[in-house]
Amino acid sequence: MTKVEEKGELVAQYLSFILREENFAIEISKVREVLDVTVLTKIPRMPEYLSGVINLRGNVVPVMDLGLKLGMTGIEQTHNTCIMIVELEVEGETVDMGLLTDSVQMVIDLRNDDIEAVPKMGTGIDTEFIKGMGRQDEKFLIILDIDKVLAKEGRAVLQDNSDEIIGAEQAEAVTATA
Amino acid sequence: MGNKEYVAIFREETAELLDEIESSLLELEKDPSDLMIVGRIFRAMHTIKGSGAMFGFDAIADFTHHFETMLDKVRDGKASVTSDLIDLTLASCDYIHAMLDADGETVGDNVDPEVGEKLIASLQKLVGGHGEGDAGGENSPLDDCAKKSPSGQRAPVQDGGEKASAKEINVHYRISLLPTMEFFSGGNTVEQLIDELSLLGECTVFQHPGNKVDGGAGDNNDAWEILLTTDRGTDAVEDVFVFARSSCNISVTVLVTEDENHFAEHQKLGEILIARGDISPDDLSRVLAKQKRIGDLLVEEHLVSRSKVDAALVEQQMLQQASAKVGQTKTADSIRVAAEKLDQLINLVGELVVNQARLTQVSSKYDDPGLVEPVEEVERLTAELRDCVLNIRMLPIGTTFARFKRLVRDLSAELGKEVVLVTEGGETELDKNVIDQLGEPMIHLIRNCIDHGMETPADREAKGKPRKGTVRLSAEHAGANVVISVTDDGKGLDVEKILQKGIEKGLVRAGEDLSQKEIFNSIFMPGLSTAATVSSVSGRGVGMDVVKTTIERLKGSVCVAESVKNKGTTITITLPLTLAIIDGLLVLVEDTYLVLPLTQVEECVELTKEDIDHFHDRRMIPVRDQLVPYVRLRDFFAIPGKRPEIEQMVIVMVNGERFGLVLDDVIGEHQTVLKSLGWVYRNAIGLSGSTVLGNGEVALIIDVPDIMKVAQKEEKDVFAD
Repeated sequence: MTKVEEKGELVAQYLSFILREENFAIEISKVREVLDVTVLTKIPRMPEYLSGVINLRGNVVPVMDLGLKLGMTGIEQTHNTCIMIVELEVEGETVDMGLLTDSVQMVIDLRNDDIEAVPKMGTGIDTEFIKGMGRQDEKFLIILDIDKVLAKEGRAVLQDNSDEIIGAEQAEAVTATA
Repeated sequence: MGNKEYVAIFREETAELLDEIESSLLELEKDPSDLMIVGRIFRAMHTIKGSGAMFGFDAIADFTHHFETMLDKVRDGKASVTSDLIDLTLASCDYIHAMLDADGETVGDNVDPEVGEKLIASLQKLVGGHGEGDAGGENSPLDDCAKKSPSGQRAPVQDGGEKASAKEINVHYRISLLPTMEFFSGGNTVEQLIDELSLLGECTVFQHPGNKVDGGAGDNNDAWEILLTTDRGTDAVEDVFVFARSSCNISVTVLVTEDENHFAEHQKLGEILIARGDISPDDLSRVLAKQKRIGDLLVEEHLVSRSKVDAALVEQQMLQQASAKVGQTKTADSIRVAAEKLDQLINLVGELVVNQARLTQVSSKYDDPGLVEPVEEVERLTAELRDCVLNIRMLPIGTTFARFKRLVRDLSAELGKEVVLVTEGGETELDKNVIDQLGEPMIHLIRNCIDHGMETPADREAKGKPRKGTVRLSAEHAGANVVISVTDDGKGLDVEKILQKGIEKGLVRAGEDLSQKEIFNSIFMPGLSTAATVSSVSGRGVGMDVVKTTIERLKGSVCVAESVKNKGTTITITLPLTLAIIDGLLVLVEDTYLVLPLTQVEECVELTKEDIDHFHDRRMIPVRDQLVPYVRLRDFFAIPGKRPEIEQMVIVMVNGERFGLVLDDVIGEHQTVLKSLGWVYRNAIGLSGSTVLGNGEVALIIDVPDIMKVAQKEEKDVFAD
């Protein structure tokens, strides 16, 4: 994270984006790149918010519809639709994940003063997923804690299909050997 | 030299040598008179001893010394090979293994020195108690060498044994050796190396004083030239220098391969040399003017052999060019590479293959010969590179087979059965990853064979079969697959008993009409074991399930190929050659690309509306008089859209059962570079991964066994509701 001393306050950079007409932001250090939406290959029999996989320069990267994941409506693809590629630590490994958003806005600087605590209620989003509310000019941005949003991914699905664990383990093993 | 890296290499090497010794011992047991095998064991032990001492594994060096003494007796015919001796030596190998795993410097905690002493004592007793004689010679590898002259000819040690049985072709090597100071400070001596070389065959040694003329013994860096004649391969020669390589300039050059016919027509020195390109005709005439008479004269006088003159001439030639040759002599090297680096390389090649396919597709849109030609060249190179890289990871399956010999020996002793293991096709190559994971299922299969399949010797005789049962392990290539079969000549599978057990355990429904093959293959279901008692070996009903799961994970299949009462059983495992890149069948459902592993595909047929109507929408269809159930992938994967009038059905074979996968279109074969679907999709149903197509789209790889399992379960659930 780019941190600069400025008037004695820490400044961090965030990437702001729009989900269903609302303003969101995540730490810029989590984002590796932003892509225009490309051909998504849907993986059958998976929860709807998992949009599928894309080919990112020869690598297969899973993509998630951030709108659906956060309990809003799904992203409708327009020419503004973007996929943010974020880097995550999962079980000690760095993995890529694509997040489908309505549009990506810009990189903004937020001082600590600009970030307010998460309201106990009223956001309509699981407060666990929110790091804080950023104030930029007269707008408010919901700053997401992307690690928490994605943390339970593997497990949550596992519970949904608890009787398919054997199959899952197999797939995992194959993944490991491939 | 106490470097960790070296110690790790030593451990690895020694473990390999021990494996080699173990399999040699088992061979020796079969043919106790074969002195060549003794020689092989001796050499391996000797290497362990030498390098053990070098890296401070004194306990190992000490122990192996006793071992060697014993072998020496055997080699000299003073002791004979008995099964007691083999037992002891095998136990000794285990002990060395234990010492190796322990911390090494000293005898570790989990190694009981008493065991070692007992082993030594028993060894000495067996070979005629010669402990005292060797007491002073604990550190004798060096002493031994010192007694012998470092130069001049030595008789090859196991001359009789090897030459007698040898149809092997002798090869002459020239080995040049320039030790550095580091070499000597590491406790090495040139004599030690020469001593090891002389075990391989006839050695002729020349010492060339280095810059420090007449320097003190041991610290002058003389260059050494050794001419070696041996019927052993280059590897054996190279092995001698495994540990010295880092501290010496060593080059091993094959001078000439001497097969008898060749030798006859190559009587003339000059011709030989010119033919080999060692010298030019000009050189020869110059050399001949000086040397010919002397060489011939010596031979005529029977002072030296013809081959020695050959060697000397080469030597002279070599001296003239010595300085020029130091850097440029061609060495037949092999290097150890971390498996991780290879994986990385394979990943990169995988990406290259994908991108090359894309390039080819793009270039086909432009009708430009200037573009098409280089693209085609890239395509060819990529294919070659891919094969080459994949080939690096290929290992002969024989390495795994060797392990099982010991297993069979120990098991049959434990269970009171007499079993011999016959292996075939050990040279068949398979991907290292596959081989690594194959060990466990193979052990289960062999255990099962011996525990369940084999009768006791008495029973066998009563049935008029030979006392000794045979377990046959064979491996062979079949297209892009390797087929491994485990065959025994035991009592065969008991159909009734398996069925009864299956019903008992609720794995099979009573009254279900199963074919014999289906019943046989139900032994792979979890929880099914027909052994009356649970032994340490088997009977818990886990083993065969493990076999099946592991093999399926490796994208292969396992099934009972044949089982005849009192004749025996054959179980076959079919595996793909590699896991990184597989041959797939690219198919299409609506606009979703799917890949089926070609190894599992049997055939493709059409499924028309009439076929479906004929069976009133029941999901099965007769294919050449056999009813094949099918799963419609469109339904299974809930892919929206309208299915076409004529669908395609790909018949796949999983664990000996056929079933159909119905889809829209078969596109064709596809070289599939496997990619994981990513962590969020690790529980994806019916899919094992993905691959990137030439057009940049992602295709999903179908996990056929999983689809079968899930489809069966879902159908059962429907009835349960």
